[in-house]
Amino acid sequence: MSKENSFFTTNHLEPVTAWGGASSSTAYVYRPSTIEELRDILTAARQNDRTIAFKGGGNSYGDAFSNREQVVLDLMRMNRILEWDPQSGIIRVEAGVTIDQLWRYVLGDGWWPPIVTGTAKTTVGGCAAMNTHGKNAWKMGTFGDHVLEFDLLRADGEIVTASRETNPELFHAAIGGFGMLGCFTTLTLKLKKIYSGMLHVEGASQPNLAGAMRYIEERLDNSDYLVGWLDATSGGRGLGRAEMHRGIYFQPGEDPFSAQTMQVEHQLISDSIMGILPKSSMWFYMRPFMNQLGLRLVNTAKYFSARMLSGEKGHLYQQSHVAYHFLLDYLPNWKKAYGRNGLIQYQAFVPVENAEQAFTDIFTHCQKRGLPNYLSVMKRHKPDDFLISYGVDGFSMAMDFRITNRNRPKMVALTQELDEIVLRHSGRFYLAKDSTMRPQTVQAYLGQEVIKRFCDLKEQYDPEHLFQSDMWRRLFAVRSEKPVTQSG
Amino acid sequence: MEEQQATVSDRPLEPQRRAIVIGASSGIGAAIFEELARRGYLVAGLARREEELTAVCEKINESQPGRAFAFGHDVTNFGSIPDLFSQVVTAIGGLDLIIFNAGVMPSVDLDEFNFEKDRQMVDVNLLGAMAWLSQAAQRFRQTGQGHMVGISSVAGDRGRIANPGYNSSKAALTTYLEGLRNRLTRHGIGVTTIKPGFVDTAMLVGAKRTFGVISPDEAARKIINAAESGKQVVYVPGWWRLIMIIIQHIPSFIFRRLSI
Repeated sequence: MSKENSFFTTNHLEPVTAWGGASSSTAYVYRPSTIEELRDILTAARQNDRTIAFKGGGNSYGDAFSNREQVVLDLMRMNRILEWDPQSGIIRVEAGVTIDQLWRYVLGDGWWPPIVTGTAKTTVGGCAAMNTHGKNAWKMGTFGDHVLEFDLLRADGEIVTASRETNPELFHAAIGGFGMLGCFTTLTLKLKKIYSGMLHVEGASQPNLAGAMRYIEERLDNSDYLVGWLDATSGGRGLGRAEMHRGIYFQPGEDPFSAQTMQVEHQLISDSIMGILPKSSMWFYMRPFMNQLGLRLVNTAKYFSARMLSGEKGHLYQQSHVAYHFLLDYLPNWKKAYGRNGLIQYQAFVPVENAEQAFTDIFTHCQKRGLPNYLSVMKRHKPDDFLISYGVDGFSMAMDFRITNRNRPKMVALTQELDEIVLRHSGRFYLAKDSTMRPQTVQAYLGQEVIKRFCDLKEQYDPEHLFQSDMWRRLFAVRSEKPVTQSG
Repeated sequence: MEEQQATVSDRPLEPQRRAIVIGASSGIGAAIFEELARRGYLVAGLARREEELTAVCEKINESQPGRAFAFGHDVTNFGSIPDLFSQVVTAIGGLDLIIFNAGVMPSVDLDEFNFEKDRQMVDVNLLGAMAWLSQAAQRFRQTGQGHMVGISSVAGDRGRIANPGYNSSKAALTTYLEGLRNRLTRHGIGVTTIKPGFVDTAMLVGAKRTFGVISPDEAARKIINAAESGKQVVYVPGWWRLIMIIIQHIPSFIFRRLSI
């Protein structure tokens, strides 16, 4: 029996679906739990001329972890916490450790992951590979800014250590390098000291996009988290009217009950709403609102309730870290409400001076095309020193679009037009969210020199191109579309 | 990795469907090959006659660039099928539809009883289908999606004087497909049996009495429509169902005296 038969058997075939649910493919999925198993799969894949993509929590919206008919390595089982120093807040973990695992482990000692994603189901390796950010990006930067060191398994099976001092070029390229230079095996992170399990949260409403941006700009120095939920369906002067959320850490000694609030149990989100409605079926009741009329209704109701409750001045309350951060986990399966074809997210990063114009153009263009986005989230960012970077001294707008079989061609056209708007305003894009970019867009915002440096590193660390994903082939290594004739 | 197979990736918002056609170098198969590409599928065509197959493939790629892939293959080479199946699926990047169309019908005289010819028909028409469709069934069962089509024949509905070997190879294929359908439908996988009547192909050359002949292109359209709408047993064209109901109900004491 050939190696092909013994290793790549159909019982490893699985559908691999983008987190947004708008695309799916089949791949040979393996779940190693040790580096030895990982190496064996590398060898077997090489012998069988298969390429490998890495998958963590599988929360990238598009094709970052998909590798059609090839190998997908799910690293969730490599999830041990290796070293923890509660004095310094330095932790060494395997790449498959999730943010959920991480905060539960360190909270009791008064620490918190400095950068968290909107869901706690992401892995540390995935966050480093995509260089994720949170609602504090303008202040704390990206996930990579808090990685002190990592071990990376190269395509040849060797492990290389990189930090800002050792192999700095690899360090700054593998973080954000979407798994194309190697597989993170362990990462050392510096966490954030906190003094309470609660956050001060200020909710406020803003009548339009300009107001929402001003709200954020005026509070950059005395906030720890800032985010705006915008209504992209209202027109005219109300375009981008917003519900704003601002989070502030407790100071040392401010929380008299910090020992209690920093217990895991205190953080846990309830599984029902007001103790009655089970959240697990809420997506079903959201479904009727997932159309243009329903979404206008919801966005309007959201804005007016924020205005009534908080007003433009805002009102203060307290919320646990978990409730504040992991909004995507608040309603289980909420994305099911989008229907069978799921959703995509389009996130644009634009420098401060161009942001208002760019986002106004984007919103009005979506309205003109009859494809308004269902949910828009605005955040503030800063530049970073990683090679594949979306960082700007400016704002980002993340927009959810519902996908249906009928609107796919229109969405393709729309996102291309939006790309042009963003590029015209010196904007950038973020691979964890992307489903629609074309190679020329990536070349435009990253620049030929950055792409060449990345590809040179790829040649150095993975000369055979063993590590590939559908995203890599879509954006960086375009195959010619020539007809193929083979004989077998 | 010089010889690494390049899989055709999709852009996430532009999913493509993928199909395999076995027996794609001429006749109905070549027409199916072309029609699938026209409908936007990425299609791998397989056939024994490589020259003809390459010509069909190149012609398709002229109007549908990059959609057609050709693989030379003899379906009686059963041992090669598992590896080839995996190679083909990798090359086109997945599988949504497989159409087994390969079939032979050597001419048999009324007084000829030729085991070699009969065996050839069973090997290609029946065992070839089993070898390919079992690969597809295993994959579809694992991934939970997919559709398969077997091109059987009205000739399988009754044993007749002209070519008992052909009749039985198609009758067995029809029964095999029915069994697969009963196994797989409950897992969300569809199986369509196609029973063409007279189609204007090389198989018809030398046929004595023909009527209602349709073109391979028309047959291909009807076959793909049937597959896409998830039909179970389809006569092509549809009025053959009526004829075959009648023929199936002719009592044996009459039927064995007829020359049909």
